[in-house]
Amino acid sequence: MNDVLRIGTLEFASRLIVGTGKYPSLEVMQAAHAASGAQMVTVAIRRIALDDPSGKTLLDYIDRSRLTILPNTAGCYTARDAVLTAQLARELLQTDLVKLEVIGDAQTLHPDPRATLEAAERLVADGFTVLPYVGDDPIVCRQLEEIGCAAVMPLAAPIGSGLGVCNPYSIRIIKERAKVPVIVDAGVGTASDAAIAMELGVDALLMNTGIAAARNPVLMAHAMRRAVEAGRMAYLAGRMAKRLYASASSPMENLIAVEEA
Amino acid sequence: MTVTVNGESRELREGLTIAQLLVLLGTAQTGIAVACNDAVVRRSTFGEYRIAHGDRIEVIQAVAGG
Repeated sequence: MNDVLRIGTLEFASRLIVGTGKYPSLEVMQAAHAASGAQMVTVAIRRIALDDPSGKTLLDYIDRSRLTILPNTAGCYTARDAVLTAQLARELLQTDLVKLEVIGDAQTLHPDPRATLEAAERLVADGFTVLPYVGDDPIVCRQLEEIGCAAVMPLAAPIGSGLGVCNPYSIRIIKERAKVPVIVDAGVGTASDAAIAMELGVDALLMNTGIAAARNPVLMAHAMRRAVEAGRMAYLAGRMAKRLYASASSPMENLIAVEEA
Repeated sequence: MTVTVNGESRELREGLTIAQLLVLLGTAQTGIAVACNDAVVRRSTFGEYRIAHGDRIEVIQAVAGG
């Protein structure tokens, strides 16, 4: 089935994007990435520790001939910080892709819509392919698309909460109106969450904690891969309508008649 | 001259280049990117870019994150 995901000029067979954070080890991360079938992974950008001799680094565990790296601006609370972080990431990784995160609040890690819009505008003008992390607000999503973002990435639930899609109706509205890919990012906790999200018709999922914080991350990565595929196929297949009352699955004709004794 | 590197104040000799700073810090020249006063310094200019008194330098790398 030719069901390619297109983001900007890139094409992907996998609709699952995964993070690199919170794994028990880089070896487990690498195995989980392989099991997930993901073709794009996120990384964060941080100061180096000046007194720390460099050993093996994260990038040693990511095969860039197989995986596209999507740098994020996690940790930024202002548009200015996010723009500089994105520019540094572009210089470091030689990519113009950026997952734009401008956070409004440390407890919810919800994106600050105003700062996100401001940073998105500046980054689009600077030639970036911007994938903005956003709340499940159809208006902000529309505004980000109008600015020129390559996708919109509404959250299912707060980062790392594992609550699954909290407002499927908002996600459906966002998907109905968007002309760019809709990637549900943040809050997916288990395989059924992923399948439910994909059945809403979204184009892809981005998750990190759902896999990394599972008791068995590699096994969960396998599960998430299948869940994303299953949810996508179910969406394309077109589910049956829900009914309040029964509709028999076996014929009502030619029933055997048993005489009462 | 006094400069700030990754938030820490440092005394450096006048005219030091970014490349020389990285050697001083014991940092590899690959796998990192540098900004000076909120502007990215291109890797190809590390050898010529001279740090000035009061500059704020950020040296960053990719780390694990979602």
